Amino acid sequence: MKGIIGKKIGMTSIYDAQGKIIPCTVIEAGPCVVTQVKTQDKDGYEALQIGFGAKKEKNTTKALKGHFAKSGTPPKRKVVEIRNFAADKNIGDLITTEIFAEGEKVDVVGTSKGRGFQGVIKRHGFGGIGMKHHGQHDRERAPGSLGGSSYPSRVFKGLRMAGRMGNDRVKIKNLKIVKIFSDKNLILVNGNVPGAKGSFVIIEN
Amino acid sequence: MDAIKYVHEQLGAKKEFPKFKAGDNITVNYKIIEGNKERIQAFKGDVIQIKGSGSTKTFTVRKVSNGVGVERIFPFSSPNIDSVEFHKAGRVRRARIFYQRELVGKKARIKEKRYNAEKAEA
Repeated sequence: MKGIIGKKIGMTSIYDAQGKIIPCTVIEAGPCVVTQVKTQDKDGYEALQIGFGAKKEKNTTKALKGHFAKSGTPPKRKVVEIRNFAADKNIGDLITTEIFAEGEKVDVVGTSKGRGFQGVIKRHGFGGIGMKHHGQHDRERAPGSLGGSSYPSRVFKGLRMAGRMGNDRVKIKNLKIVKIFSDKNLILVNGNVPGAKGSFVIIEN
Repeated sequence: MDAIKYVHEQLGAKKEFPKFKAGDNITVNYKIIEGNKERIQAFKGDVIQIKGSGSTKTFTVRKVSNGVGVERIFPFSSPNIDSVEFHKAGRVRRARIFYQRELVGKKARIKEKRYNAEKAEA
């Protein structure tokens, strides 16, 4: 496995050889610093801890300052562990876009946009009740029945209802890397990725 | 946004088109790929809008063919556009002339803009 942390910049479209439009997301990926190397002997599993994005010194706790000082970097805002990293890296090493190649398939992890409290139609894709049948009115977007009355006489756990939507960790699998600009640390992936512009994403495969 | 501009600069091979805007009458010669053959087809009509920026900038051309309005959207940076011919500059007051869709017959005509050499120089 290999991965890199990035920032979602926005979307654009480019043309392939046939002149077809490829919609793609521009991600500013890395350079990330290896802040810790976790080993089987010491931690029980193999992983690389990498950091990305500048963080103000005054907003960093003393404990974290010490942790970042070990790898000799200024404090980072986003720290992520990547298990069983494919390349051999030491503490303080940089991870750049070079770990990926154009045409490679990657997974992109992000935090989806928060939608607030939403009803069942938007949140779970219910059809609503509508006003056309059975004399029903004034409840077009209602969820309908929650269950039987005499049996089970309760509401099942996990029944889909209205509530907070979005702001979840979402992984989009098998996105193709269309283009890499290693001098500007930019990666273009085919299609969209979760989250708002400026939010952190993890590119891995 | 700077990063997206950078991407456009790197990938957008700029083509030279005659300058045109909404209300102008143009012909777009665009490539059509059928199997492995390529041919060029022309689309003549009035520009009704120009939209977007960078390599996602597009223009919409409208023509009336056999009494049916047809609109096509072309990206400026599409490699499939062979050339654009400029015919007439139209005198219109807005940048997006969607009101043309509702007009038929004599009302749908766009007056030609008279070229004023003195004004162009000043």
